[in-house]
Amino acid sequence: MVKFILKRLGMMLIAMFMIILFTFVIMHAVPGGPFTNTKGVPEEVIAAMEAKFGLDQPYYVQFFSYLGGILHGDFGPSYKYTGQTVNEFIASGAPVSARLGGVTVIFVLIAAIPMGILAALKNGKWQDMLLMAVATIGVTIPSFVIASLLIYAFSYKLNWLPTYGLDSWQSYILPVIAMGGYSISYLARLMRSSLLEVMGQDYIRTARAKGLTEFAVVTRHALRNALIPVITVLGPTIAGLLTGSFVVEKIFAIPGLGYYFVNSVSQRDYTTIMGVTIFYAAFLMAMVLLVDVFYCMIDPRIKFES
Amino acid sequence: MEEILKVEGLKTSFMTSSGEVQAVRGVSFSVHKGEILGIVGESGSGKSVTSMTILRLLADTARIKEGSIQFEGRDLTKCNEKEMRAIRGQKIAMIFQDPMSSLNPLIPVGKQVEEMMKIHHPELKPEELKKRTLELFEQVRIPEPEKRLKAYPHEFSGGMRQRVMIAMALANHPDLLIADEPTTALDVTIQDQILKQLRTLQKQYETSIIFITHDLGVVAELCDRVVVMYGGLVMEEAGIDEIFENPMHPYTLGLLASIPGINKDKAERLQSIPGSPPDMTNPPKGCPFAPRCPYARNICAAECPPYVQAGGHRAMCWLLQPDAPAQGNPLYGKLAAAEKEAK
Repeated sequence: MVKFILKRLGMMLIAMFMIILFTFVIMHAVPGGPFTNTKGVPEEVIAAMEAKFGLDQPYYVQFFSYLGGILHGDFGPSYKYTGQTVNEFIASGAPVSARLGGVTVIFVLIAAIPMGILAALKNGKWQDMLLMAVATIGVTIPSFVIASLLIYAFSYKLNWLPTYGLDSWQSYILPVIAMGGYSISYLARLMRSSLLEVMGQDYIRTARAKGLTEFAVVTRHALRNALIPVITVLGPTIAGLLTGSFVVEKIFAIPGLGYYFVNSVSQRDYTTIMGVTIFYAAFLMAMVLLVDVFYCMIDPRIKFES
Repeated sequence: MEEILKVEGLKTSFMTSSGEVQAVRGVSFSVHKGEILGIVGESGSGKSVTSMTILRLLADTARIKEGSIQFEGRDLTKCNEKEMRAIRGQKIAMIFQDPMSSLNPLIPVGKQVEEMMKIHHPELKPEELKKRTLELFEQVRIPEPEKRLKAYPHEFSGGMRQRVMIAMALANHPDLLIADEPTTALDVTIQDQILKQLRTLQKQYETSIIFITHDLGVVAELCDRVVVMYGGLVMEEAGIDEIFENPMHPYTLGLLASIPGINKDKAERLQSIPGSPPDMTNPPKGCPFAPRCPYARNICAAECPPYVQAGGHRAMCWLLQPDAPAQGNPLYGKLAAAEKEAK
């Protein structure tokens, strides 16, 4: 198992290098830069700024000096906010996103899996129809529409819940629903179809032929098998939720990581784009690795060596 | 001999969006204590549905329309779910066709066999369960049983998995074992081993077996009596010698002709029965085999023939009726022969 994890870590390093390279290339391929002249600032000032941050150097020199910085854990200074570093952005934004994301993950798991199980066991009945209708809406309506509708209903009309920030437990409710809506719907649908498929398997018939109660058939024989595909998508889903949603953080004015990321892209704040992208990528890869390890523990057919 | 199971006039249908599929349309047979009854027929003949109806393991869309299943003084068609659970695995056990998918892939095989005993005998201690499972594994000849208890199904071959299924099915010493094509998915040498073992264990445990197959060769090797099914009906029922020596139905004749054999002339092609089984959403009014029967006459498609019986041998075919023509009738004189045999 240690060998498996080490091997995967090695592969992650290679993947990470590719991600850094591609982001760097694409970022510089987009027209405009952090100091693009819009307000009639003298050319000499722009040139001096670019020289200060090394942007006048050839691309490969910039790339390797940046890579050197990352190896020391330094994501560089922000090009837009004087005196602030990308490390500081991540340190202030990531915990906020993680807190909101953590609550959302718990909410998603508690809601989606029982929803999927109930829908599958009541296949074709009204409970299934209702849950799947809700889930279809949840998958199709984008989070910013849900967020706007929630704000309109619960903040503007009813005046029950705050519209921005994360200061009280009430303020979590709307962003969590807006952010988790899609994941709940998606996972509930996946759980339903997966359980339905498992319930049709021969070994479920065997379990019934043993004289087990339907409850025991579902809990002892069906659920673990049905959870396997759900766990597969759980890794990226959790990573996505914990690192924050650009849209939801923007709408609810939550100073999370997504908020910094959106701003940095529109402002061509090169180091912030790079830093946040790398952070996201590393987090995602770690979650996928975690899922794979978990996978091997739940399914004896998958071996660590392979 | 004592009858342990008596199926009478059983009709099972599936309610589907395209209408009612009448899979079983009035089937009667009985199983005696300690005997192996073969149910033979091709895919769609209703043989598997019949067996699944006995244990009431069919999908929610299935309905038992008519008939009764008498077992130990009870009618299984009228038992509630709780009563059925006490019977499943304890009184009547089942082995399925595909050993590759019939075991839970996430649970060690030993645990799956133990579970079978634990459900019906919750008083058994873990050590006792393990000991009994080990004995069962030895009985079905699983090599290195101690080591194999902890193995997962994917670490077993098809034949070994079917041995696990047999061990599981026999764990509670059931009165009746329903084996639904248990050797169909296995290669011939393994099939032979498994059949021999079933026979040995059946004697040892004094279990009755309903053995479902499409292979008359397997029936010859294993069974005491045979029920031949087609189109949801019993075409013929007879003792094992009778069915091979004195078949009384054109469908049975067709099945016998399609058994491959080493002794057959190489130039001679393997026979098959042309055509395919009837559509059971709209079953034929007359004999279901009539459209494929080389001897069919007008009356065959119009009306279902009544059964004729001679001792334990019965069949339904217009050719067995007293007014049937003698010329070109493959069944001419068969009934008389059966009657003679019965005496």
